[in-house]
Amino acid sequence: MADEQKKEEGAGAPAAPAGGHANPAAPAAPAMEPWDSEVVQSLRKSFPGVDLEAFSFRGQNLIIVPRESILPVAHFFKSELKFDFLSDLTAADYPQKEKRFEVVYQLYSFKRNERVRLKVPVGETESLESVVPVWITADWMEREVYDMFGIHFDHHPNLKRILLPDEWQGFPLRKDYGILQQDVKWVQENLHIQSGQ
Amino acid sequence: MIETSPTSTFLDANELVINMGPQHPSTHGVLRVILKLDGEKILGTECVIGYLHRGVEKIAENRTYMQFAPYVDRMDYVAAVSNGLGYCEAVEKLMAIEVPPRAKYVRTVLTELNRITSHLLWLGTHALDIGAITPLFYCFREREEILKIFENYCGARLTTHAFRIGGLQYETYNGFEEQVRAVCDTFPGRLDEYEMLLTNNRIWLERTKSVGILKADEAIDFGVTGPVLRASGVKWDIRKAMPYAAYEEMDFDIPTGENGDTYDRYLVRMEEMRQSLRIARQGVDRLPAGPIIGKVPKVIKPPVGEVYHSIEAPKGELGYYIVSDGSTQPYRVRVRPPSFVNLQALDRMVRGLLIADVVAVIGTIDIVLGEVDR
Repeated sequence: MADEQKKEEGAGAPAAPAGGHANPAAPAAPAMEPWDSEVVQSLRKSFPGVDLEAFSFRGQNLIIVPRESILPVAHFFKSELKFDFLSDLTAADYPQKEKRFEVVYQLYSFKRNERVRLKVPVGETESLESVVPVWITADWMEREVYDMFGIHFDHHPNLKRILLPDEWQGFPLRKDYGILQQDVKWVQENLHIQSGQ
Repeated sequence: MIETSPTSTFLDANELVINMGPQHPSTHGVLRVILKLDGEKILGTECVIGYLHRGVEKIAENRTYMQFAPYVDRMDYVAAVSNGLGYCEAVEKLMAIEVPPRAKYVRTVLTELNRITSHLLWLGTHALDIGAITPLFYCFREREEILKIFENYCGARLTTHAFRIGGLQYETYNGFEEQVRAVCDTFPGRLDEYEMLLTNNRIWLERTKSVGILKADEAIDFGVTGPVLRASGVKWDIRKAMPYAAYEEMDFDIPTGENGDTYDRYLVRMEEMRQSLRIARQGVDRLPAGPIIGKVPKVIKPPVGEVYHSIEAPKGELGYYIVSDGSTQPYRVRVRPPSFVNLQALDRMVRGLLIADVVAVIGTIDIVLGEVDR
């Protein structure tokens, strides 16, 4: 049902106006370019055995970090490279990939006035270290990622749902969770209605 | 010898847990805070949020890029213009669309006016929470003048949907510049009136000085942004650090505080309103002529890729992380809401204070629950 609806919208909503306006060719997709800088070099130097890939897209830099190294890498970014501010921590779901989730960290350095994005691929059954010891602000953000994606953060001080009710079943921002889907049992028991729709 | 005080009764309970909200006028919406108290002193708090959760990020994945734009207005609904600006600019960055200068200027002017309306609502309700009723009426009087500009411009007062991806849909109306200038002329005097009511008011000082202190390093650790961060003495404003829209060409100052207490946050926001007026006046004075929308394809279909774009919303850093899979619908939209992150510092700010101070601190963080819960 949800999928059907999505297809409909995808096909119907952006339809060109009558008269057959040709959709101009999309701008040549700029591929992710490899990124090299002093940040990447010092990172590679300090973590010789770790497989780090660095890319740049639209002038924004990102580094893909393996799951096992996220905590030491986060420490290194904060203390050595002076990326002392965690702007955002979130995740995205790619069910077709071997490692289904990507946890995304947006770092900022006041000293350098520069942003860097860290991405950590995480499998469905895997968990990763919490970065709360590095940036306190990660507390609620990791809780939200857990709430929405069901990704488990080890050694988080208080890992429980934050936006949804504690007893809610399912993780809404996963791609296999439909737009109309909900925890019907919870809705019936707590709101005393048949459906929230 | 007679024992006068019983060794243990139920009255001995030193720690008391009480619940505040979600239906409580001073939590500014549906925030619930569980307080652990010793007498009236706060030992710790826990925020329970999500009462207003609508799943905006999930909705985004099921809408086209254009269809999602009105939804962002409903997050921080007192600063809808800023939300729209952030979203439009993020999509523009993803697609590498160049926005014409006139659109940038109009966007800047409207966003700054929106900052004033947001701060006015904060000031009115914050003062009301602390017991000063008068400023609320004055704040709404001035806010009305600015909302009229929004209404004349795009027909809506609150959830404006003022901007479009690539620029603007509407040209400014006849008399736009004059109306903005009129606000710029009258408003500084009104701000002085508010300050006369509050800045040196003994009760106001007692209730705000040294209340809810957040030091600079703590503020950075907690990830707070906006006036809360600046009042702690960190001079960081995205409008200066990573300019967007037309801010690079504007002349304005970033006010900062020293002590990071509720009073400093009050002073920072008051000064920010004055700076916003400066920007708005420069914007209409130098408003360039030209087209109002850039080269935008009829169907918004960004290439495969991802961007994170953030702007300085009235409450702090408002970021959009958008992942495109090359289709007409976003693959993932993450909103980094300033209120959500700033609210996290509440616990640190109220420990050791009294219950009445919690009300003051919630007010001073300036949260909008629509944005916290999304």
